[in-house]
Amino acid sequence: MDAQQLLKLDSNPKIPSFIPGDTVKVNVRIREGDRERIQAFQGVVIRCRHGNDSGATFTVRRMSGGIGIERIFPFHSPMVDSVEVIRQGAVRRAKLYYLRELRGRAARIKERSTFFQRGAPQAEEPAQPPAQD
Amino acid sequence: MLQGYLGKKVGMTQVFREDGNVVPVTVVQAGPCSVTQIKTKEKDGYEAVQVGFDTLKKPNKPMSGHFKASQPSRHVREFKAADLSQLQVGQRIGVGIFTPGELVDVIARTKGRGFSGGMKRHGFHGGPRTHGQSDRARAPGSIGANTFPGRIMKGLRMAGHYGDEQVTVKNLEVVRVDPERNLLLLKGAVPGAPNGLLTIRRTGKSARVAG
Repeated sequence: MDAQQLLKLDSNPKIPSFIPGDTVKVNVRIREGDRERIQAFQGVVIRCRHGNDSGATFTVRRMSGGIGIERIFPFHSPMVDSVEVIRQGAVRRAKLYYLRELRGRAARIKERSTFFQRGAPQAEEPAQPPAQD
Repeated sequence: MLQGYLGKKVGMTQVFREDGNVVPVTVVQAGPCSVTQIKTKEKDGYEAVQVGFDTLKKPNKPMSGHFKASQPSRHVREFKAADLSQLQVGQRIGVGIFTPGELVDVIARTKGRGFSGGMKRHGFHGGPRTHGQSDRARAPGSIGANTFPGRIMKGLRMAGHYGDEQVTVKNLEVVRVDPERNLLLLKGAVPGAPNGLLTIRRTGKSARVAG
């Protein structure tokens, strides 16, 4: 028996399934002294790593004043309060590092067709492997 | 309550604390243990409690006699107990006796490494790999002087059997206790391979409140 399986990570119910290429809004808990507030970070998911491990992370990239900012969030960290999927992107690879070289209009991502999910609630969308659109 | 407990190493993973910090943990399949014998001053000359873990599937005749009133167990260890009057033979004790934050010692046998050289066994650095060296990359170097003393000093660290020895790791923090699945999450590594027997000794100490 594997330690990972035994633990069966209690994953955050407020993180819906998303894949690289999607635009997400990550609500991060930020502690300032005794106060805790929530800060949002919105951008494109450019990679998801380590599957369902307790150490699994995803990287979100956004452009801020012409400078690219990438933040890496652990899926199971209590500091990630929730994630909202803003837009589903159609991409052909799992790691979107090529976006780093692109600026402006060239860095756009086509919207993924939601034909198969029409009418179905967002949460019931199939998990993990990147869709072959 | 019991001063010690038995478990099986499952493997390592990591969990998050509430403040977002990651803790490396060893998952331990701990218990349930059963009390197999209580040793008393009158009868045995000292006081202790004998605890069994893991079902013994085919106990032989002497063993089934010993385990008549309790669960036949594969592994049996003896511990001191603070209060023997609360224990009775056959009683089953779950991991619930541990509380998160307390410190425990883990005693186990390390993985056997067979006949190992000085680099693995004692952390020697080996010889230079370049500058025209041959056959010296993992050699221990000089092991003594010349005519005086004319012998090798006793206890000099050399190659030999390494591992498969009992090691105690002290002060591991209990990170999480899962009484339903009999799991114990201990911060850090413990000796031995997965499925190895672990003796968990309570220390009575508790971890400083981590920042």
